[in-house]
Amino acid sequence: MTKNVPLIVIGAGPAGLGAAAEAAGAGVETLLLDEQPGPGGQIYRAIARSDAARRALLGPDYARGAALLPALESGAVDYRPGANIWQITPEREVYFTRDGKAQVLQAARIVLATGAMERPMPFPGWTLPGVMTAGAAQIMLKSAGTVPQGEVVLAGSGPLLLLLASQVLDAGGRVAALVDTTPRGSLMAALPHLPGMLRAPSTLKKGLALLARLRRAGVPHYKGAGDLRARGTEKIEALRFTAGGREYDLPCALLLLHLGVVPNLQITRALGLAHDWDPLPRCWRPRLDSWGNTEHEGIAVAGDGGGIVGAEASEHQGRLAGLQAACQLGKLNPADRDAKAAGIRRALAAQRAARPFLDRLYRPAEAFLDPPDNTLVCRCEEVTAGQIRDFVRLGCLGPNQTKAFGRAGMGPCQGRFCGLTVSEVIARARGAGMEEVGHYRIRPPIKPVTLAELAAMDPDDTGPEGGFDRDDAA
Amino acid sequence: MQRNFDALIVGGGLHGLSSALHLARAGLKPVVLEKDHPGRHASGANAGGVRRLGRHEAEIPLAKAAMELWHGIGDLTGEDCGFAPCGQIKLAETETEMTRLRDRVARLHELGHSHEELIDARDLRALVPTVAPHCLGGVVCRDDGAADPFRTVTAFRRAATAQGAAILNGATVHKVARSDGLWTAETARGRFTAPLLINCGGAWGGEIAAQLDEPVPLSAKAPMLMITERLQPFLKPVLGAAGRALSFKQLDNGTLLIGGGHLGRADPATNATALNIAGLHRSAQTVLALFPRLRGVQVVRAWAGIEGVMPDEIPVIGPSETQEGAFHAFGFSAHGFQLGPITGRIVAEWASEGHSSLPIAPFRIGRFNRPP
Repeated sequence: MTKNVPLIVIGAGPAGLGAAAEAAGAGVETLLLDEQPGPGGQIYRAIARSDAARRALLGPDYARGAALLPALESGAVDYRPGANIWQITPEREVYFTRDGKAQVLQAARIVLATGAMERPMPFPGWTLPGVMTAGAAQIMLKSAGTVPQGEVVLAGSGPLLLLLASQVLDAGGRVAALVDTTPRGSLMAALPHLPGMLRAPSTLKKGLALLARLRRAGVPHYKGAGDLRARGTEKIEALRFTAGGREYDLPCALLLLHLGVVPNLQITRALGLAHDWDPLPRCWRPRLDSWGNTEHEGIAVAGDGGGIVGAEASEHQGRLAGLQAACQLGKLNPADRDAKAAGIRRALAAQRAARPFLDRLYRPAEAFLDPPDNTLVCRCEEVTAGQIRDFVRLGCLGPNQTKAFGRAGMGPCQGRFCGLTVSEVIARARGAGMEEVGHYRIRPPIKPVTLAELAAMDPDDTGPEGGFDRDDAA
Repeated sequence: MQRNFDALIVGGGLHGLSSALHLARAGLKPVVLEKDHPGRHASGANAGGVRRLGRHEAEIPLAKAAMELWHGIGDLTGEDCGFAPCGQIKLAETETEMTRLRDRVARLHELGHSHEELIDARDLRALVPTVAPHCLGGVVCRDDGAADPFRTVTAFRRAATAQGAAILNGATVHKVARSDGLWTAETARGRFTAPLLINCGGAWGGEIAAQLDEPVPLSAKAPMLMITERLQPFLKPVLGAAGRALSFKQLDNGTLLIGGGHLGRADPATNATALNIAGLHRSAQTVLALFPRLRGVQVVRAWAGIEGVMPDEIPVIGPSETQEGAFHAFGFSAHGFQLGPITGRIVAEWASEGHSSLPIAPFRIGRFNRPP
């Protein structure tokens, strides 16, 4: 018999912690599942076990995460880290593996707070050893305190790139250059939206402070860089690019890439929810109401998984989803819910006002959305952008058909890393819109599960009677 | 766009594409009216088994004729479709199962079929060295094998197009009707006419049959498959089991494909499928019972395709019994992939000669309400 629980929150980043805190505060028996070993998500990774020195190194934003921990520490929330969630159904069954054991729980309400993932930044050579994402480098900094050795070049666009450059410097690393691929003209396009940005002044101040910090450290800052190529045989030896009409070839031991973040949609996609294309930040987001409710009864989304909003706004959205869950579960009447929500909504609006400016300023350069033919796009199955364009010439209309044409998206990552790029390349090659081209269908398990884990679990057999005459099973 | 053709083929799965190819080779101009895109459903979501082993007796002549086409699939389609005659085995774990297999092989021999061959435990271990020690033997079809469903659909699609067939995506057929010796199909991409109508609608084939006033008790089902991470090669033949729902093989890239007919849920109206984890759980148990050393292997993806299944689990193949100029080939009941190449030839023979050289009477559409 599957165990029933009132509320499951998935993800212990700012949105999930916010949701769990509000729901538990209203008296809801709340289960918080997270795949990481400790709370904080990506942004506040390892916050509970980081000492004062590392918090200082990583800055005040990181330390803010500590304020979210008391609900867990008091035991008000049933917090289970290390849970690998691999299937969620529209009927709100949550399948996950923990301590090597696969299990299933049935929830009355689910809040999905699965956050963001880095946008792929494909260009020729980006898969060479020695090239890694800024996010992976931050994981090293946050959980191990490790400093990348040798000459480090950072390339890409977005606030995290500036933050990481500054953190690498603070930790004693050598930053040889910041290669900024933000398209020229982005600032001009963003400026009309500066008033909105000023409603969240701390964000702007932080960005400017980071730029000043890098300038003081004498880090060369190449702006409007394009035509990136990573050079090397066994591993990366140099980054080539053009900037300001000049060609550069910068030797490096480590190249860190970052092109902003996009919502992590594996679960909402696997649930078959409707997603809309957001043309400005060039990503999909699930269709939500103002409480974060999806079209599936009892399933809500909070935080960056519903559209990139940043850590503070994610926490606000999480709190709203937590209040709504408490209300739906009869622990909070609508008037109290709305009264508590009012202040949260004001803070959320101020944070969101910054997005139009940020989305325009950090618009990804076209070259990474529609990379050159010789760029590997699907890393798992080694399919290039040129091959995807060939598929389109042969009649391929969308990403799910690329599987038939050449296995793109069929590797272990299920298109998690190449999905956006494959759809963008097809859209341009076809001259069609992203809504028409669509996205990969995501199949469970969302995260790998072993045969032994599957075999050992005890699922309710709620499905149809299994099996044809076994003689005839193709 | 041209609106007048020699044949309207409803459905761009493998059977529809094969029909288009064979009709075009016979000099006709067919159009495939596909509601989604070719191979979107069962043809693209199946395990790629190319199997005579274990077939219903009525299907054996068709399966044997199809196998000859598979062994020359490059001549037919211009591509190898990923076909490899790696053999298919059904193993037995108990004496009862072994007896059942022995009886079947004897009966097939009486009927003049020698493609299924009984093997003992030592033969089995020679073919599958890592199989669990309790397995007693089984039946093998050495010239059976497997192909890549995607590559097969693509090869048939391209070959049909090269021969002059038209294939339309997104052309959901709303209504078919015949007047003055011509079939008209009203589709999401307009109206098309032809003297011949071929119903290869798979799980949706029953809707077309109903429009021809010959409804059938078809049900849409969703057989599930799962695939694992890549492993070192250890398994050449495709493996089934006499006492368990299993289809198990290792692909060229090292991944394991695990199926066998456990069902998810199908919603043919929306194309949606949902997995039934309990079925995957039983599949995993079956695999580990036969290959205990695979415990730590990771499953990376599971899916289901929508397939039309008939109550007697053999397809509908044959001319309409209510209307002139219409032919049905659907409801292959989750084992139609191997028959794909021959279906088109049966359709083309009927179109040009009025009958088929193969014994298709057992598959007549009228079998569900009238005695033959």
